[in-house]
Amino acid sequence: MYLVQFLILSSVLFCIGVYGVLARRNAVLVLMSIELILNAVNINLIAFGAFNGAAIPAEVFALFIIAVAAAEVGVGLALVLTIYRNSKNIDLHQVDLLKG
Amino acid sequence: MTATLATAETVVAQNVFFYLIAAVMVIAALRVVTTSNMVHAALYLVVVLAGVAAQFILLGAEFVGVTQVLVYIGAVIVLFLFGIMLTRAKVGAEDGLSHDNVVPAILTAVLLLLVMGFAVVDFAKAPWSDGTLVIDALDRAPTTVEQVSDSIFSTYIVAFEAISVLLLAALIGAIVVARKE
Repeated sequence: MYLVQFLILSSVLFCIGVYGVLARRNAVLVLMSIELILNAVNINLIAFGAFNGAAIPAEVFALFIIAVAAAEVGVGLALVLTIYRNSKNIDLHQVDLLKG
Repeated sequence: MTATLATAETVVAQNVFFYLIAAVMVIAALRVVTTSNMVHAALYLVVVLAGVAAQFILLGAEFVGVTQVLVYIGAVIVLFLFGIMLTRAKVGAEDGLSHDNVVPAILTAVLLLLVMGFAVVDFAKAPWSDGTLVIDALDRAPTTVEQVSDSIFSTYIVAFEAISVLLLAALIGAIVVARKE
């Protein structure tokens, strides 16, 4: 296997995630797209670790990224639920209280 | 695992499985960002995350692959399904999940992909590389849980403790934010 094929795969996944963040209006779907981005980064990290012979540090930091992503989803969904409770929808177009 | 495993056949098999899994992952990821049914989006996300776990195992990172299945498919997807349920998404297809005009988003994503693809190809042609950059996952033993845990609890113990505190803070924060008054 070549390093480049993993890098290209993770680039494609990253860009699909960026598209999702920009194109989606529903807050939960935006969070899902962010998960796509985080996973793309993890593939990159593990592939570089396997290529470089530094597999152990790469795996440790991939585990840290997984933990941070889990924390992010927890807090993100709590915020989405609060927004839903206050305004009865999670359309990001409607969340414009700070807009001048 | 010994070096004798890295025959031409196994290398071909590795590549075949890589491209199969990668194709499934990309199609499922595209469905995640385009489908008009929120529950389907969560289920397509399962396919993508399982594909990522499979790629980790292909690369010899077994523990990270298993953790990916446990944490993402086991916990994060359930969180997403709860989020979908509690925000009362419709059961079937739904309008207004995406912006009316997605052309700027497509342009941004394609431009970003072009820049990143150019950077990757250019990196492969760097003077210090032989132009191939082969990962020989079969020539070395896969990393064991023991090695990973030794590293976490010695070299990276400070970062590990910081992650623990971060998880605790996120847990308490999530409860406080989502709690009814």
